[in-house]
Amino acid sequence: METTPAVSAGRDGSTAVTPGADATNDLPESLTPEQLAAQWEEEKPPAAGPLANAASSLVVLGVGIGALVLSVAMGLGTLSAPQPGLWPFMASCVMVALGLFQLILGRHNRDAEKFTRMSLAPLIGLATLATMVALMPVIGFEIPALVLCVIWMKFLGGETWRSTILISVLVVVAFYAIFILALGTSIPHLF
Amino acid sequence: MDFLNPVINGFSVVLEPMNLLYCLIGVVIGMLIGVLPGLGPAATIAILLPLTYGVEPVTAIIMLAGIFYGAQYGGTITSVLLRLPGEASSVVTVFDGYQMARQGKAGTALGLAAIGSFIGGTAAIIGLTFLAPLVAGFALDFGPPEYSALAMLGILLVATISGGSKAKALIAASVGLLLATVGRDIFTGESRFTFGSIQLADGIDFVPIAMGIFGLGEILYNLEERHRAAKAPSKVSNVWPSKGELKHASGAIGRGSVLGFFLGILPGGGATIASMASYAMEKKRAKQPERFGKGAPEGVAGPETANNAAATSSFIPLLTLGIPANATMALMFGALLIQGVTPGPQLVEQEPELFWGVVNSMYIGNILLLIMSLPLVGIFVRILRVRAAILAPITALITLLGAYTINNSMFDVTLVVVFGVVGYLMKKFGFEPGPLVLAFVLGELLESSLRRSLLVFDGDPTGFFTRPISATLLAVFVLVAVMPGIRSLIAKRKRTTAASALAGDGTNNGANNIKEKV
Repeated sequence: METTPAVSAGRDGSTAVTPGADATNDLPESLTPEQLAAQWEEEKPPAAGPLANAASSLVVLGVGIGALVLSVAMGLGTLSAPQPGLWPFMASCVMVALGLFQLILGRHNRDAEKFTRMSLAPLIGLATLATMVALMPVIGFEIPALVLCVIWMKFLGGETWRSTILISVLVVVAFYAIFILALGTSIPHLF
Repeated sequence: MDFLNPVINGFSVVLEPMNLLYCLIGVVIGMLIGVLPGLGPAATIAILLPLTYGVEPVTAIIMLAGIFYGAQYGGTITSVLLRLPGEASSVVTVFDGYQMARQGKAGTALGLAAIGSFIGGTAAIIGLTFLAPLVAGFALDFGPPEYSALAMLGILLVATISGGSKAKALIAASVGLLLATVGRDIFTGESRFTFGSIQLADGIDFVPIAMGIFGLGEILYNLEERHRAAKAPSKVSNVWPSKGELKHASGAIGRGSVLGFFLGILPGGGATIASMASYAMEKKRAKQPERFGKGAPEGVAGPETANNAAATSSFIPLLTLGIPANATMALMFGALLIQGVTPGPQLVEQEPELFWGVVNSMYIGNILLLIMSLPLVGIFVRILRVRAAILAPITALITLLGAYTINNSMFDVTLVVVFGVVGYLMKKFGFEPGPLVLAFVLGELLESSLRRSLLVFDGDPTGFFTRPISATLLAVFVLVAVMPGIRSLIAKRKRTTAASALAGDGTNNGANNIKEKV
């Protein structure tokens, strides 16, 4: 399980004091803006390779061509008497052209980020969100929300069990109070 | 004094208790999210959109605006104390603000920034008060051709001025345009891209898209980011700068106000660019530029003034032309549309209470923020201790439950999650989400005015060039579109001669890094 130790470092005051993390906090005395920018650059997640860039361009191309075909099927008409497909056709043409441009010339751009072990966290986060969406109509929002809080705080955030459980319960109670009791919304709820 | 009557009436709108309360809520939330690294103002506004359904349009926009300019104040605190910019627009404040903090002048830095922000914000409101009706009056004659050109230029500028790959930003914009076409064609009534789904027949709502792409996408993205532990100081003393310090910084504040105001009006401009431009200008003007990066007060006062002035003046294009100048303004646009108000030149005339209510609420908001940033700054410094790990699930739950309350339907919640994944992947692959949302918002306007113009011109696209304003706008459009190509050609030629020019400007590099947070 991937955790983010940096988050929990030495803030609880009671238990989680990690000396190592504190040491990294002692920032060097003076950094020029240039050095600082370089440091931020280093801390950035690693850039993805040409393969990822090509893949994203291909997805863009795929979607663009799909939209293009559907627009043509809707009928284009003429500029003076346009059919529903004309405008989406123009937009998808732009998309296809830019997708091709990106595929050929943008392969070595370094603006995409690599998926690392850290990317597991959003994946798990997404899984909990999807589960919550699936379960909410069936068993209400309370239990899924509680489970989501626990997973996000303990496993994705590296909180202690004590604060995880305490805060999770508080959060769910607060949401129940706000959305169900105070605002009277029809969010599916168990209790 | 006819002109001033609606302005004064606007104050009575602001002073209604409900509006005052929402103004306070807005600026407090803005200040909070400014202080907490992670969520930016755009994401926060997106997540809180469902909250605006139940209230009057003017109240809703007062709150959302408060979040936006409040975040400009709050972002300073983390920049100065922790060397972590809370917002993209406070990146350059880090350079000198943090050094001032190291020298034991954290309070002075925060105080100067707060006073500068207040002056910049207030000056921009006054500018807005006089300029907005003028622009609106000028734009009243705009017909469909002008609007098509303006919308196209707006989308292009937002896509090309933002950091990162321009081609990718434009791809995002074209996706936004396509998403806007889902549903019934307004001219023929035929269904487009609905794939037989009843839920898609009326098109995709703006709110799930904004909540997903801006809100949930950013939450998921932040899960991955290793948040650097921040050792927050427990208190900050003496935030009141001395007379000498204020006098020293007054030039920077004055210049920052003017620069920020004008950069904020430009499409694609806004708080981030304004703060960077101000820093660069102060450094250039200084007699001893080497002081910058070592705790120069002007390096804090100038950019902080400019970002606030720009945040305020970026309301001008939205409220007078109906063209949002940046992604956050696109959210405001969406929020107004939900409320049944179409922003545009007629807004000043037809909805003076809304217009002047929102504008004048900013005076109150800025005063509230000044109070929070000077005497109450200690409270917000303490909030720095709240951990990202605790905030993440709370914001995620607010998003999901909020999405449900829009139409009481799980379909919207599902859409939010789907667009959340899209937003996350876009960020991962270097596609800016801003242009997508902006293009989505402007998509319908662009299509309908384009088709109307073509009807007027009898299908002849050269007709756009027969009208002076649309011709000028299109000429600028072409210029902006072609510019990067020409520039990279020139750069390529230069690179072959001098490969050593890579050293680059640190200010720009750093800013690009953090820009992704917006």
